[in-house]
Amino acid sequence: MALLEIRGLAAEVEGKPILRGVDLSLPEGEVHAIMGPNGSGKSTLAYVLAGREGYHVSAGSVRFDGEDLLAMDPEARAAAGLFLAFQYPVELPGVGNANFLRTALNAVRRARAEPEIDAMKFLKEARAALKRLSMSEEMLKRNVNVGFSGGEKKRNEIFQMALLRPRLAILDETDSGLDIDALKIVANGVNALRGEKFSALVITHYQRLLDHIVPDKVHVLSEGRIVRSGGPELALSLEESGYAGLVAEAAA
Amino acid sequence: MSATLRETGENFSARYHGLAPRLPGPPDLRRRAADWFDRHGLPDTRDESWRFTSLRPLAGIVFSRAEDQDDTAPSLLARLPPTEAPLLVFTQGRMRADLSRFPAGGRAGISVASFANEPSFGNVPDSETEPLSALNTMLAEDGARIAVAPSADGGTLVLLHLASGNAEHPPAFHPRHQIRLGAGARLTLIEIALGTSIYLHNPLTEVVLAEQAELLHLRLQDESAAAFHLGSLHVALGPGSAYESVALVRGARLARSELTAAIVGEGARFALHAAQILGGEQLADITTVVRHLAPGASSRQSIRNVLTERAHGVFQGRIAVDRIAQKTDGYQMNKALLLSEEAQINSKPELEIFADDVKCSHGATVGALDPNQLFYLQSRGVPKAEARAILVAAFLGEMLEAIPHSWGRSVLEGAVQSWWKDRPV
Ligand SMILES: Nc1ncnc2c1ncn2[C@@H]1O[C@H](COP(=O)(O)OP(=O)(O)O)[C@@H](O)[C@H]1O
Ligand SMILES: [Mg+2]
Repeated sequence: MALLEIRGLAAEVEGKPILRGVDLSLPEGEVHAIMGPNGSGKSTLAYVLAGREGYHVSAGSVRFDGEDLLAMDPEARAAAGLFLAFQYPVELPGVGNANFLRTALNAVRRARAEPEIDAMKFLKEARAALKRLSMSEEMLKRNVNVGFSGGEKKRNEIFQMALLRPRLAILDETDSGLDIDALKIVANGVNALRGEKFSALVITHYQRLLDHIVPDKVHVLSEGRIVRSGGPELALSLEESGYAGLVAEAAA
Repeated sequence: MSATLRETGENFSARYHGLAPRLPGPPDLRRRAADWFDRHGLPDTRDESWRFTSLRPLAGIVFSRAEDQDDTAPSLLARLPPTEAPLLVFTQGRMRADLSRFPAGGRAGISVASFANEPSFGNVPDSETEPLSALNTMLAEDGARIAVAPSADGGTLVLLHLASGNAEHPPAFHPRHQIRLGAGARLTLIEIALGTSIYLHNPLTEVVLAEQAELLHLRLQDESAAAFHLGSLHVALGPGSAYESVALVRGARLARSELTAAIVGEGARFALHAAQILGGEQLADITTVVRHLAPGASSRQSIRNVLTERAHGVFQGRIAVDRIAQKTDGYQMNKALLLSEEAQINSKPELEIFADDVKCSHGATVGALDPNQLFYLQSRGVPKAEARAILVAAFLGEMLEAIPHSWGRSVLEGAVQSWWKDRPV
């Protein structure tokens, strides 16, 4: 069985159906891209997988490593190895980034019955991760995402991912609004984790991220359904023909 | 209902009339306070300044004079982190030399006496015609009298108010404290109130800062959850003096903390950072009156309320700027974080400005925890209860982190942290 098995997933927000039967299978060690027009339900899918309140699952199932993902609290999903890089990272005034990250890391370690790490060791790891990602250490001293530029927020998500070492990362348009240097930092952050024990769902609008993170598969989401799946070449053909043709095809 | 509140007040009057000849100090002011109290008794919610804070929970309770008795002081003391600082301990409103720790012969520049030995009512405006002050004036028997000589640095002094209450015969005590700093003197005063069971703590504290004196006043009100705290603090600020206070209210079933500041000296600075963290059926009220009576002074009041379950927070803040107090810089902000549907906050700011060249602002915010912030923390593996605690700590963090005294900061931070332990979330 694949690491992530989504079957017939339907979800609604405030009574409005958004996901209308999503089927997706992500084998361990693979990276899949999800593309699709604005409003097609990409973020909704990400939030439903991460367990955000307010999303009502009306049908279907999600298995993560064989477990019923939808029955778990958001924090339990994180402990099980799921990580969501937010499309819009949240600001936490009054919460220091270093403290936040150490609290998160130790919460996850506790849930996995691993020993907590102390402040010194944490700082060492954090600094090493920042260096690998060409980010400034000053990031640790600031409040979580407060006063960060759009690009800094996205990089902070990747930094968190690097420290938490998830089994499954969901990146929700982490590339949007990034210049090419920042885009490479994000791609390097993902590629550094790639391996047998790491899988990812990369949600994006653009082919250009997929030049740097080459996916094993590409899925196209439209109006809450996956209307096409294929290899990396699918992203390229989408770039040329746009979604319009596909969407019309799916409707026919 | 109000009849029994009247009875509670009449009990206090009766106690005064029984004790009067034996009470320490000059009798005139007491007599006037008692006359006023005989006529008015305890205030009810028809009194404008008591509109949000009902003393009804006091109705029907017969408080008795606090006797010296076996007490729980040692176990209360053990709740605090260790400190080397000089310690003045009160139990049931009486100074306890045996529990206090003050260098023999005192310290250079700082003197300590008790009200019982050297009674003086000081110079507190309206202390015989404001309900809480009048009650204190009428019945005060002891208190701390602390004086720092001109130009002296008094260091740190810890003033501990411990109380062993009694459910059957709840004691009431009315200590009268006086803190005087001479010109250019400095002091860090850390006041902590702790207790068990039922009692009424009705302190009156007078702070007088001479020219250029500086007081850092840290306060933790962590009275017993069944107790009543009705306190008033009166601060007089001389020219160029600075009063800075960080105060945390988390105890007592019903608490009212009144503060009046009289800024009589030019260029003085007054700052109050206060927080009330309340749960259960607690009601806590901070009522301040800041009078700018001299030009070029500043006052900053920043109040935070964290309210859960059926707790009720009140903040009433008045800034009065006299005609001569030009270039006044006044600021007041009351923020409340409501953690439950039933929690409530009342906020009543009042500005009375009679000078034309002043800067005065006030504001209030009320909100719940942000679900986006909670989800963000949870999505990183932080359990919901811990995520809530982190966000509440962040709400109070600014105020606590800025405390320029490490032991004082640890006491207040510890009080915020332990608050969560007793609370289902
Ligand atoms: N909280 C919400 N309340 C109401 N409608 C929402 C909410 N979140 C998303 N939607 C709607 O759901 C649809 C899908 O949104 P979303 O998942 O954000 O799409 P995408 O990420 O693909 O752009 C859109 O029509 C959007 O308006
Ligand atoms: Mg989106």
